[in-house]
Amino acid sequence: MTEVNYALLKKGGFMRQRQKDNFALRLKIIAGRVRADQLPKLAEVAEKYGKGYVHLTTRQGVEIPFIQLKDIDAVKDELAKVGLTPGVCGPRVRTVIACQGDILCPYGLVNVEEIGIKADQRYYGKELPHKFKFAFSGCINSCAKPQENDFGSIGVVEPGWDGANCSQCHLCEGVCSSQAITFDSMERLQYDPAKCNLCGDCIRVCPTDCWKAKQVGHTVFVGGRIGRHPELGRELVVMVDDERLFALMDKTLDFYIKYGNRGERFGSTINRLGWDKFKSEVL
Amino acid sequence: MDTLDLRGEVCPYNFVKTKLALEELETGQILEVILDAGEPIQNVPRSVKDDGHKIIEVKKLPDGAFSLKIEKS
Repeated sequence: MTEVNYALLKKGGFMRQRQKDNFALRLKIIAGRVRADQLPKLAEVAEKYGKGYVHLTTRQGVEIPFIQLKDIDAVKDELAKVGLTPGVCGPRVRTVIACQGDILCPYGLVNVEEIGIKADQRYYGKELPHKFKFAFSGCINSCAKPQENDFGSIGVVEPGWDGANCSQCHLCEGVCSSQAITFDSMERLQYDPAKCNLCGDCIRVCPTDCWKAKQVGHTVFVGGRIGRHPELGRELVVMVDDERLFALMDKTLDFYIKYGNRGERFGSTINRLGWDKFKSEVL
Repeated sequence: MDTLDLRGEVCPYNFVKTKLALEELETGQILEVILDAGEPIQNVPRSVKDDGHKIIEVKKLPDGAFSLKIEKS
């Protein structure tokens, strides 16, 4: 009997189960999107080779549990027919997650699904000292939990105010959750950019469109993780465009490859070497 | 002018009720809705705007709620 290379199987998305010769197949899903034409095939494979169900992971993934060792190649071939391929596990870039951002969410400021797809193309499966997770959110609500990932971003908007049509309705003051907008005793609007969290609520609520988007971009967080030693990612830079965002991903991964110890999560690498050292190398 | 007091009503029902009330009106007629601060005020005016109606007056009430006068489009 041939030796089973578990490391290779794991790298290829097949995770050994506690039941002998059973594997859970993790699929490569990007930004949580599975096409309608792929769903029947998923169901078919789960029925035929698994136990008739799929497991939805905590990071927008799909896994088919209870695949038998002998069926691995057949399962791969079946799924490939609808463009589904095995995902990855182990010390490399994992499933890239993203919310649906401005594609449909009223709060979404940027198309993070597109960012996620591009990040996946550039980095998915890249070998690193330890696992590395990307997550992108379209706004400050952070539904994709970018701060819990090694590298994450949120969409941000800098609001600009032109009071020509202002009706002094105070709605912007009422919705501002960071007290950046107030009216003084003369009913004059005061905006404090230092307090603004760049969420865009004032722009959305203004009945007379006095608030407009001056600049839209991403705020970047690095070094976050959950696991055994949870730590939220730290804010690296506020308001960068797509190009700069990808340049920062490149530099962050380069830094991790250069300095990270084997088995050390990225946040720990930063903690060991110092935040200033990291910042000085990537900014 | 009809008034819809939506204090205590949660999202998205406050918007749904606003929408239904607006459907009863003719173009140009005014509806007053009263909304709690917080999430309702973040969502309802935006959705009313998105539907093309005009918010012509907003007043903050002593209890912190907002009164909105909406002109049906």
